[in-house]
Amino acid sequence: MSSLTNIVKKEFREMLTKSTIIPVILMAVMFGYLGSMMGDVEQEVSAAPVVGLVDLDDGVISDIAFKVLNASSDMAYNGTDVDAGLEEVKEAGGVALIVLPANFSSDILNGSRGYIEVYWMMAGAGMLDAISSSSVNTLLGSMSYSISAYLVNESGEADPAVVLFPVERSDTTIFQGKVMEDVSPEFLITMLSAQSFTVPFIIMMIIIMAGGMVISSMGLEKENKTLETLLTLPVSRGSIVSGKLVASALVGLVMAGIYMVGFNYYMTSIETSAEIDLAKYGLDLGPVDFVLVGVSVFVSLLAALSMCMVLGTYAKNYKSAQTLTMPITLLAIIPMFITMFKDFGTLPLALQAVLFVIPFSHPMMAMRELMFGNYALVLAGIAYVAAFAVVMIAITVWIFKTDRLLTGSMKGKGLAGLLLKRR
Amino acid sequence: MSAIEVRDLVKDYGSFRAVKGISFDVREGEVFGLIGPNGAGKTTTLRIIATLLRISSGSVQVFGKDLRREPHEVRKILSYLPEDAGAYKNLTGREYLQFIADFFASGRAADEIVRKGIEIASLSDRIDDKVDTYSKGMTRRLLVSRALMTEPKLTILDELTSGLDVINAQEIRKTVNAISEKGTTVLLSSHNMLEVELMCDRIALINDGRIVELGTPAELKGKHSASNIEEVFTKVVMA
Repeated sequence: MSSLTNIVKKEFREMLTKSTIIPVILMAVMFGYLGSMMGDVEQEVSAAPVVGLVDLDDGVISDIAFKVLNASSDMAYNGTDVDAGLEEVKEAGGVALIVLPANFSSDILNGSRGYIEVYWMMAGAGMLDAISSSSVNTLLGSMSYSISAYLVNESGEADPAVVLFPVERSDTTIFQGKVMEDVSPEFLITMLSAQSFTVPFIIMMIIIMAGGMVISSMGLEKENKTLETLLTLPVSRGSIVSGKLVASALVGLVMAGIYMVGFNYYMTSIETSAEIDLAKYGLDLGPVDFVLVGVSVFVSLLAALSMCMVLGTYAKNYKSAQTLTMPITLLAIIPMFITMFKDFGTLPLALQAVLFVIPFSHPMMAMRELMFGNYALVLAGIAYVAAFAVVMIAITVWIFKTDRLLTGSMKGKGLAGLLLKRR
Repeated sequence: MSAIEVRDLVKDYGSFRAVKGISFDVREGEVFGLIGPNGAGKTTTLRIIATLLRISSGSVQVFGKDLRREPHEVRKILSYLPEDAGAYKNLTGREYLQFIADFFASGRAADEIVRKGIEIASLSDRIDDKVDTYSKGMTRRLLVSRALMTEPKLTILDELTSGLDVINAQEIRKTVNAISEKGTTVLLSSHNMLEVELMCDRIALINDGRIVELGTPAELKGKHSASNIEEVFTKVVMA
C-alpha cells in the first residue's frame, strides 16, 4: 500500500463514521418528504379548484362568468343564497364562493365596472396554503378576460378602461372562524409573514446555538479532563446538570435577542406590509397570549438543552461534540421549514404527528395558532414539551449518576478493551 | 476508625470483571500506596472510592460513611486528583482555585482556601495567567494545589507526579508529605516505585483485579528479599 493510499484510508475512516452518515441520510429522507409535499402542491395547482357561485344577476355577462367558472372549476354550489353557498363550499373543502350581484351585467353593459364579492375559505396561513387561492385568482382572471372579449365583440364603443378591466372585486376571507372583510388570502399570508418566517427562524437559531453550546461544553469537559474533578466535588448531579442548562439557556436567549433584532430589521426592511395593523383584523396577541408564547419558548429551550445534555454524554471530545449537534440541528430545521410553508391544520395526519412529536415545533407554531384562538394546540404543546423536558432532565441526571459519563456504553468487547486501557 | 474500609469490592464493566473482590483498610493519617501493572484495577479502585464509579458488589466506607448510601457526604471530605486531570483553560489559575473553593466554603473562608491553594501551587505571578498558557508542570502544580488546599480528610492522588520533571516532582511530594503530617489521609497510585517507597507508610500491590501483597515497604522488601519496591513489584507480578 502506498503512503498516499495509507493516508487516504486513515482519513476516510476518520471522516466516514456512523455519526457523519446518519444525519446525511436523515437529511436526504427529509428532503425526499419535502419533495413529495411539493408534489402534492403541484397536484393541487393542476387540479380544478372547488368553488361556489351565487348568481343574483342572471344576465348575459353573468352567464359568461358562469361558463368560464363551470369549465375550469369543480363547482360545489350554484344558486342564489350566499349562506347556503358558503355552507356547501365549506363542506366540499372548497376555496371560494363568488357572488355576482343583481346589477352585475347591467353595470358592465352600461359602461361601468361590475363588482363581485369573493368569500375565501382559507385552510391555512402557510406559504403553500395560498396555492389554492392562486388557482381561483387565475380563474377569475380568465373570467375577466372572457368578459373583455365579449365587450370588444359586442360593443365597440365601450370605455377601454372598462373593457380591459371589466370586473372589480371585494375579498372577504374566512379563516379559522374569523371573518375578515377586505382581506384576501395573499394579503393575510403577507400580514402573517413575520410569524411565518421570523419566529421559526429565531427559534431554530436559539435551539441550534444553545444546544450546540451544551454539547460542546460536555465535549470540552471530557477533552480537557475536567469532568472527573467536577463529579467529585461536593455538588449534586442535579446542580451540575441544572447549572449547565441554565447557563446555556441564558446565553442562548441573549444570542437569540441579538439575532431577533437583526432579523427583524431585515424583515421590516423588505416587507411592504410593515405598516399593516394586525389588531384591525383581530389578529393581535393579548398579554396571556404573550405569556403562553414565552412559556412555549422556555419549555422548548429546556427540552432542547436537556436533550443536548443526553447527547453530550456521548461526546468524547470537542470534535465529536460538533457531530452530535447534527440531530438537534435537523430537529430544529424540519419544523422550521414545515411551519413556514404549511399550517398545522392543513398538514396530512402523519406529518401533523411528526410535527407535534418534535418538541421544537411548538414555539414555532404558537404565535400564529394563538392569533386564531387555537389554545388547545398551544396548551397541549406546552404540556407535551414540558413532560418531554422533565423526562430528558431525569435521564440526564440518571446518566450523571451512572458510570456512563466516564466509561461510555457498558456493552461490547471493544469497550472492555478501552476500559482495560484506561485503567 | 479507619479512613477507608474496602470489603470484597467487585467492579464489572459489562461481562468484564476489572476488580475481583479486594479488601483493604487505610488508616487515618497514613499515606497508602496502590501499585500494580497497567490494567490491574488501580484506577478503577481509586475512581470507586472517589465516588465516580458505582460498586458492582462489596462495600466501601470512607470515614464511616457508606459510599453507596452517602456519596455526597463522602465528596465533602475527599479530594481526587486523576492522572490526566485538566483545569478550565479559559480561567486564570486564581479563578480556577476560586471556582473550586466556592464549592467548599463562602466569603472569607473561601478566600482563605484560595490563599492556601496559591501558596501550594507556587506559581508566583503566573497564577493570574490563563491556564491555557501553563506548561504541563505548572498545570499539575495547580491541580495538586486544588486537591490539597481544602485540607480534605482524604485525598486520592492518581499518578501524582505523572509527566513532571525531577524538581517539580520533588516539590509536589514534599507538599503532599506536609499535608499528610497535618492529618490528611493520602491514597495514591503510582508507577514510580521510588516515589511509592519514599512516600508511603503502607503499600498494596494489585494484579489482575486482586490484591496480591500488602504491607509496609520494609515488610514487603523483607518478605521478598528485595532491595527496593521495584524488585518486589517485579518478583510478585512476574511470579
